[in-house]
Order: sequence, then C-alpha cells, then structure tokens
Amino acid sequence: MDSEAIARKYDRILTPMTRTGWKFWATVIPLSVIFLWSVLAFGWQYHWGLGETGMGHPVSWTLYLVNFVFFIGISHAGALVSAVLRITHAGWGTPFGRAAEAVTVFALAAGPTNILFDLGRSVRFYWVALHAQFKSPLLWDFTCIMTYFTVSLIFLYVLMVPDIGLLRERFPGRRWLYRPLSLGWTGTEKQWSILGKIIGILCVAVIPIAVSVHTVVSWVFGMQTQPMWHSTIFAPYFVVGAIYSGIAAIIVVTIALRKVYHLENYLKPYHFNNMGLLLLTFTLLWVYFTFAEHLTVGYGGGPAELAVLWSKLTGKYALLFWIMVTLCFVIPFPILIFKRTLPGLLVSSICIIIGMWIERYTIIIPSFIEPRLPYARGDYMPSWVEWSMTAGLLAGFTLAFVLFSKFFPVISIWETEKEEKEKEGHAKGE
Amino acid sequence: MVIDLDRCTGCQACVVACRQENNVSFAGEKEAKLGRAKFWMNLISEVKGTYPDVEMRFLPIPCMQCDHPPCTIVCPVAATYKNPEGIVAQVYPRCIGVRMCISNCPYTVRYFNWHAPSWPDDYKRGRNPDVYKRRKGITEKCNFCIQRIRKAKENAKREKRRIRDGEVIPACAETCPSEAIYFGDLNEPKSRVYRLSKSRRAFRLLEDLGTEPKVYYLKEGEWNDG
Ligand code: SF4
Ligand code: SF4
Repeated sequence: MDSEAIARKYDRILTPMTRTGWKFWATVIPLSVIFLWSVLAFGWQYHWGLGETGMGHPVSWTLYLVNFVFFIGISHAGALVSAVLRITHAGWGTPFGRAAEAVTVFALAAGPTNILFDLGRSVRFYWVALHAQFKSPLLWDFTCIMTYFTVSLIFLYVLMVPDIGLLRERFPGRRWLYRPLSLGWTGTEKQWSILGKIIGILCVAVIPIAVSVHTVVSWVFGMQTQPMWHSTIFAPYFVVGAIYSGIAAIIVVTIALRKVYHLENYLKPYHFNNMGLLLLTFTLLWVYFTFAEHLTVGYGGGPAELAVLWSKLTGKYALLFWIMVTLCFVIPFPILIFKRTLPGLLVSSICIIIGMWIERYTIIIPSFIEPRLPYARGDYMPSWVEWSMTAGLLAGFTLAFVLFSKFFPVISIWETEKEEKEKEGHAKGE
Repeated sequence: MVIDLDRCTGCQACVVACRQENNVSFAGEKEAKLGRAKFWMNLISEVKGTYPDVEMRFLPIPCMQCDHPPCTIVCPVAATYKNPEGIVAQVYPRCIGVRMCISNCPYTVRYFNWHAPSWPDDYKRGRNPDVYKRRKGITEKCNFCIQRIRKAKENAKREKRRIRDGEVIPACAETCPSEAIYFGDLNEPKSRVYRLSKSRRAFRLLEDLGTEPKVYYLKEGEWNDG
C-alpha cells in the first residue's frame, strides 16, 4: 500500500494531530499555569532553603522521594510491558506500545527531577557525576536511571521511525521536524531488516535495565539502617509495585486517548480485557509481597521495626496504610475478576495509581518518624511548596503527553498494519 | 570519648559550649518546633516515675564517630569520610545536601541547614573564627572539635613530640562542671579513655548494629572505678 492509502486508512489516528479545538486549549492552558506555578515554587524554595518544605529533624526525606519512587515506578510500564509483549509476540499489545513507551520517557523525566528539588544545593547536582563515590546506592541509582532514560528514549524513537517517514510525506508543513527525524526512511527491504534487528536488541536490553532501575531505587532504602527499610525483599517488592502502577498508568492514558481522539477502532474492549488480566496478576503479586513483608517484620522484627510496623497498622499511619490496602487491593481485585470493562478498568487503575503513591508514602515516612533510638522524634506535614511541586510534576507529565500526541501518532501505524497483514496471512493459510 | 553518666547532672553546659565553640546556628522557637534546631551535642533526658518518686536520667549525645560509619558510604559525592584519626569528618564545600547520610545515621545526630544559618545580633561578635562556615543546604555534625585537635597537633609537631594524653580537650569536655566527659586516644593503652572504656560500666549505644562507636558511656548507679 502506498503512503497515501495508508494515511487515508489510518485517518483516525492522524487527524487529531492537526486538529486542535477549544478542548485542546482548555487542557493545555491550565496545565501550563500549574506547571509555571511549580517553577515559581521551586524558585522560592531555592532562594529560602529547604526549610520551606515540611521537612525537619529527623524526617529528612519526604514527598520528593515519594514522588521520585512513584514516577520511576510508572516508567516501568512502558519499556517492560511493550518489550515483553513484543518478545512474546502478544499481538494484543500493539495498540498500547507507543503510549506505553511515551509514558516511560516522560515519567523518567519527571522522577529524577524530584532529586533535584530535594538537594540542598540543587545547582551542584552534577557533582554526583564529577565526584562519584561508587559505594553509595544513590550513585547506582544515578547510573541506572541515566542508562534507562537513554535506552527508552532510543526505544521510543526507533519504533517511531517508519511512522515519521509517513508523516514526512503526509504533512509537508512540518517537514522541518520530520525530515531530520525520519533518518531518510523510505521503507526499503534493507531498512526494514535493520529496523527489525535494532528492535530485537532493544527489546532484550531494555528488560534487565528496567528491572535494575527499580531494584536500585529500592536499595536506596534497603541498604540503610532505618527500621523496616533493611529488607531483602525490597528489590522485587519495588519492582512488582512499579510494574503494577505502570500498567495502571498505561490503562488510564490509553482510555483517555481513546475517548479524546476517538480511537475506538484500534483500542477494542478485547485489548483492554487482556490488559486487565495482566493487571490482575500484578494485584495478586503486590498483595503477596505486601503481606510477606509485613508478616515477617511482625514476627522477626526488633523493637525499632515493630514500633514502625505498629504505627502503620494501628498508629499514626493506620489510616493511610489501610486506605492503601483498600485502593491497591480491596477495590480493584473484585473489579478485575468480574468486570474487566472499560469503566471498571478505569476505576481500578485510578485507585491503584493513588494507592501506589500512598504505598511509597507509608514506606518512606513512618520509618523517619520512629528512628532507631527513641529520642529523635518528629512529625511531618507537606508544605505548600511540596504540594505545588507535586502538582507541577503531574501537570508537566500530562502536558508533555498532550504535546507529544500532537506531533506523533499515539498508536503505532506501521505495527498495526503489520499485524493486520499477519492476521490476513493466517486466515489465508488456514 | 568517654561520658560518665554517673557524673552527668544534666546541666546542658556541654550543649551551650559546643554551640559556642562550633558556631552552631540558632533556629528560633518557631523553626525549632518544626525540627530545625541543631544540637551537635544533644542532651536527652528521661523522667521515670511520678511525684514524689521521680528519677531523672540524662544522656548527652554527640556524634559517635563510628569506626564503621554507615553515614559515609552512602554519600554519593564522598563529602563525608572517616579520616585517619578515626574522626568522621564532613567536607562542607563538597556537600550537595542530598541528606542520605542523615537518614542512614542510626543515632540521628546529623543536622541539616534548612535555612541560611543565623544568630542573634549580639551573639554574632562572639563567633569562633577557627571553624569553617556552613551555608544553607548542607549537613553538619559534631566532629570532636577537630579544630582543637589540629591546633594541638601543630603545637606538638613544632615541639617535636607526640600529643600528650589530655592535651586535646573538646569544648563540651572542657566546660563540663562535673567533669563527666573524658577525651583522649582510644588506641593508646596508657590513656585514661582507654582504661575507662575497658571498665565494667562501659557500654556503647546500639552496639548490635556493628557501627563500633568511639563514644563510650559509663553506666550510672555504681562506684566510679575509673
Ligand atoms: S554517629 Fe551517625 S554521624 Fe556519627 S559517625 Fe556514626 S553514623 Fe556517622
Ligand atoms: S566534641 Fe566538640 S563538636 Fe562534638 S559535641 Fe563536644 S564540643 Fe561539640
């Protein structure tokens, strides 16, 4: 099929890229305002010092770290899901691929930014590279995240090249952007075979990198002496939680795209049903890990660990803790078993995303409130600066996605086409 | 360092002296409530029982100068390290304020400059010119009055001798009215701190963590056999 025919066929995917109605501006303008506000808030904090946050002695790592872990968690969706689904030739994953990869890249941009906010001297962040001290888990983090970011950016880009080639022909007005990005893609035999090889390598490479990232994120906590952090299952626990929230994020994003851009023909309930099953698997895994972690501490923990555990189960953090359990398990579990419809999936995914954010909160903060020795006690309540940054990050993340969808197709056209051909081939062959 | 809890009266002179010697900044009442107060030397008190049967116990807590410090390995830029004398030092200009050391110190004795340091006006003139300035956004903590150790070392070098036992006295020890704090070289079997650290009353905080603190406490309530 020539490019003209393809373009006509995938009209639904391509039109939203050029048509911007009032709805577009009604989304973009408020988001930009929130984003700019958070920039101001950061300026304020930078000028007056970290004392403008709610932190103090001994609670020295708080909302920024929660956001950091949370966004990095979200970023696991993309690479892992789309790479795993590609390797296993799970065709139903195709319409999710592009969105998932974009989520990865933007979440990976949002996550580490929190560390920048969290630094006492933010402008000196590059010293981590300059004066690297390899014994520090934070440095492992830095290395792994940088690698992951680079690889997922390449991943997103390489998988987009054939589509960009199409766009170059389709939108002459935007040639300035698409021509350099398309790398001279014309769709020759040779180009396809090179692309296939690169994708194969990237798929395999991205999986261990993604796993390593959340592993070391968990080690930033797990390698410390703080009660209830020093746990051997932290790495897999964090990885599972990351993929869990990541899948939920993809579902929310794709449902939104489907609605806004009318992609009902490509994102069918059957696709979402499969995604829901995947989510269900991770619901169970998550509950298993959470249970194992807390039960072990309950039986084997020393007094310091028990103090933290009880503050979570029945004490100061009980409310948050049980809200988390409700949002991450009690609500989504039955829905995912009995009702994997679009509204059902949307509700459970939103619950899971909020629940996973709270999970990070209840992992990080209670340990600081009850440190090992019984004298240093503090309390923590996020300040307006921290809330502004959190809102700004979310706004920035959404904004990036909206803008992305205006320049690149959110569903991979060439892969959808390929998949259709394969299906036809099967039908003929049988 | 050895701290005899039997002698400690809880007067807090060490806290004040340390603040004076090391230019530890003031947080102010409002900030202190939010946990921004700094106490390189912190005096913890515990009240037991109810009136009239009350018992009060005190515990002065400086940095333990751990021999296996968990705080140093986690710093991504190596801004804190154990120096050859065994003191866990903080390199202020290198610190980027990531606060991982704070969170990994099981004794919670590291303090952060949440705001630019400030002092009451009439206090400012009395600041010690010998200690390094700290700015906002970095970590600080007790360093066994490293400036005094340096001075003593220089003197000893000039006079071509070793530092004598008891020659270096940190501010907290110097000021303690009941002489509860001893300071010296724990590696020197002839030193007083060495002898005291081997006493039956000696213990250290959280010994089970394996951090090997270099601050020993002597339990109260028994005869001073030091
Ligand atoms: S007491 Fe804390 S700050 Fe001092 S050396 Fe030990 S771990 Fe480091
Ligand atoms: S040794 Fe010096 S710095 Fe440490 S608590 Fe005593 S006076 Fe303060």
